[in-house]
Amino acid sequence: MSELALSPNQETFVLNLGPQHPATHGVLRVKLVMDGEYIVSAEPVLGYIHRMHEKMGENRTWAQFMPNTGRLDYLGALSYNHGYVKAVERAAGIEVPERAEYIRVITVELNRIASHLLWFGAFVLDLGGFTPLLYAFDDREMILDLLESVTGARLTFCYFRFGGVYNDIDDDFVTGTREFIKRLRKRLPDYHNLVTKNIIMIKRLKDVGVISAEMCRKYGATGPVARGSGIDYDVRRSEPYSVYPEFDFDIPVYHEGDSMARYMVRMDEIEQSMRIVEQALDRLPDGPVKAEKVPKIIKPAPGDYYSVVEAARGTFGVRLVSDGTNTPYRLKLRSPTFSNLSLFGEAARGMLLADALALMGSLDLVIPEIDR
Amino acid sequence: MNASTEVYRLIAFLVGLIAFAALNAAYLVWLERKVCGHIQRRIGPKEVGPYGLLQPIADGIKLMTKQVMLPPQVDPVLFRIAPALVLIPAVMSFVVIPFSENLVAREINVGLLMVFAFASVNVLGLLVGGWGSANKYAVISAARCVSQNVAYEIPMLITVITMVMITGTMNLNEIVMQQPDITRWYVFRFTASPLAPVAFIIFFICSLAETNRAPFDLGEAESELIAGFHTEYSGMGFGLFFMGEYANIVIGTSLATILFLGGWQSPVPFIPGGWWWFLAKVYFLIFCVMWIRWTYPRTTLWGLLNLSWKILIPISLLNLLLTGGMLKLMPLAGGAG
Repeated sequence: MSELALSPNQETFVLNLGPQHPATHGVLRVKLVMDGEYIVSAEPVLGYIHRMHEKMGENRTWAQFMPNTGRLDYLGALSYNHGYVKAVERAAGIEVPERAEYIRVITVELNRIASHLLWFGAFVLDLGGFTPLLYAFDDREMILDLLESVTGARLTFCYFRFGGVYNDIDDDFVTGTREFIKRLRKRLPDYHNLVTKNIIMIKRLKDVGVISAEMCRKYGATGPVARGSGIDYDVRRSEPYSVYPEFDFDIPVYHEGDSMARYMVRMDEIEQSMRIVEQALDRLPDGPVKAEKVPKIIKPAPGDYYSVVEAARGTFGVRLVSDGTNTPYRLKLRSPTFSNLSLFGEAARGMLLADALALMGSLDLVIPEIDR
Repeated sequence: MNASTEVYRLIAFLVGLIAFAALNAAYLVWLERKVCGHIQRRIGPKEVGPYGLLQPIADGIKLMTKQVMLPPQVDPVLFRIAPALVLIPAVMSFVVIPFSENLVAREINVGLLMVFAFASVNVLGLLVGGWGSANKYAVISAARCVSQNVAYEIPMLITVITMVMITGTMNLNEIVMQQPDITRWYVFRFTASPLAPVAFIIFFICSLAETNRAPFDLGEAESELIAGFHTEYSGMGFGLFFMGEYANIVIGTSLATILFLGGWQSPVPFIPGGWWWFLAKVYFLIFCVMWIRWTYPRTTLWGLLNLSWKILIPISLLNLLLTGGMLKLMPLAGGAG
């Protein structure tokens, strides 16, 4: 089919997908050169909501940048909180109490489930099924309520602090989380019956939008996109941080590389995240949730620091350059979706428009995190 | 019956049918929102009037008072006539639909043919609307609609030909008369065709595709083509497309009811037949249409065409052959023949 789309004598036209388009989930614009319904070439155009987060970081103190991290990926904000505090803690040499690490893992994993649930709904919506979206939102709502009770926010969290977390969790949160996991365990098979085993879904996702492992490496794709292409890489396992090594969980890896594989990776990750949360709740230690003696004004020693975490969409990296003052000299954010999107141009070539949008949905894009 | 009463009768039917089509469009939207709300564990409209029953009126007023935008690059003639081309044939088709034994505007001997003739005009409206909009999404959508409608008209018409072979008439009321009780509904008439229920399912699938309903709503695939052929329409331009779509659903399900489910005939002996049975069957089928829409994701164009050419057309041809053979071997007792 790709030869058909690329033959030189065909008449083509340019189709602007976005910046306002139902399938781009925000302000992404994709410039498509089309031959009928086939895509000859696709070029993502970014920057419509660029907010200069990195430059902002250079103009405020280390602590003042915290709220910005929650506004990168608003669907999995706690992972970004985590990535930033982890980098600063490494730079400033701050020890985190164990209970705080457990709370961080619990909330981050809950946030990951919420993010994947929303993706599940939005992805099926991209394929024309509206109902699963509302089922997924129903579940996600419970997570947001739980997280709101401890963090005070529902979306743009700013919960982590250097050396711990802002608030301790209470018994209501623990029982509520256990109830939620029980409920989601019951509902996930329904989702699989309704969506995963649906013949239309299978036809639309199987062998569609195949991304090779090589292409993932070339563009630096991480997270479920890479794991759907057979790359067994998850920061939680490959470069363990926080208290993740203490838990027993699997990293789902599929080798097909098609949209179905990416879908299955995320659905399996929801189950694995539930396992992690359960174990963390079982073993939750007592103690303080914030390190004592964290200075009010942090001045890390001059140097270059880098730390990565596994966010819902892939590897989130923070590079800090400190010159010993109370503001970062340079702050570089490596966001996973930026890399995941960059392969779209190559992967979508020769595809049908409808399939390309299924591929785009399966990449799980969050535009504010791409534009930063 | 003299000439003037005939005129009054026709005017009454004209007003009645247009009101029926418009009310159906309005209240099927309400029903659709309620059905999808309950399928999705929500309530649906509830604020305007009891159970949100006045919501369609409010929506209608909103649509009618909105300005009909004419974007600068559109073809003004095509852009304006397209919504009418969609709605008028749909309303015209109601003329031959027998709501009950006597409640039919015009009993025509080739009623079935007339409905399909008008149904084919519908796609022209979509094409003209998409083309006249001068919008790339609308043009893609119009092209999709045409190939989809052409592909699905074939199995649908083959099925209808099969039914005409069995019934021996194209008069819709006579077809209903031939199905006086539930065992003689054509959907269960195995003596006429061993594939009768399959024929009904093919007809139902095709009418979904013909009316651009999910899972075959490729023309309006909002995640791909924004709103498809009516992307550029606002106000009542959009409203007419919408009414046309729902009127077509009513026509499609009415035909399915008449051809396969015994029309206005009663399935149980103790309740007499009449328009209430006709409407009950039609609305049950419409409910199924909505149920399907809110359950399944959308197919792709290729999948859709493959379904038609590789599965539905061969099966309906087989059905045609089988029915022809059966009729030759043992002429129907109940059928007209």
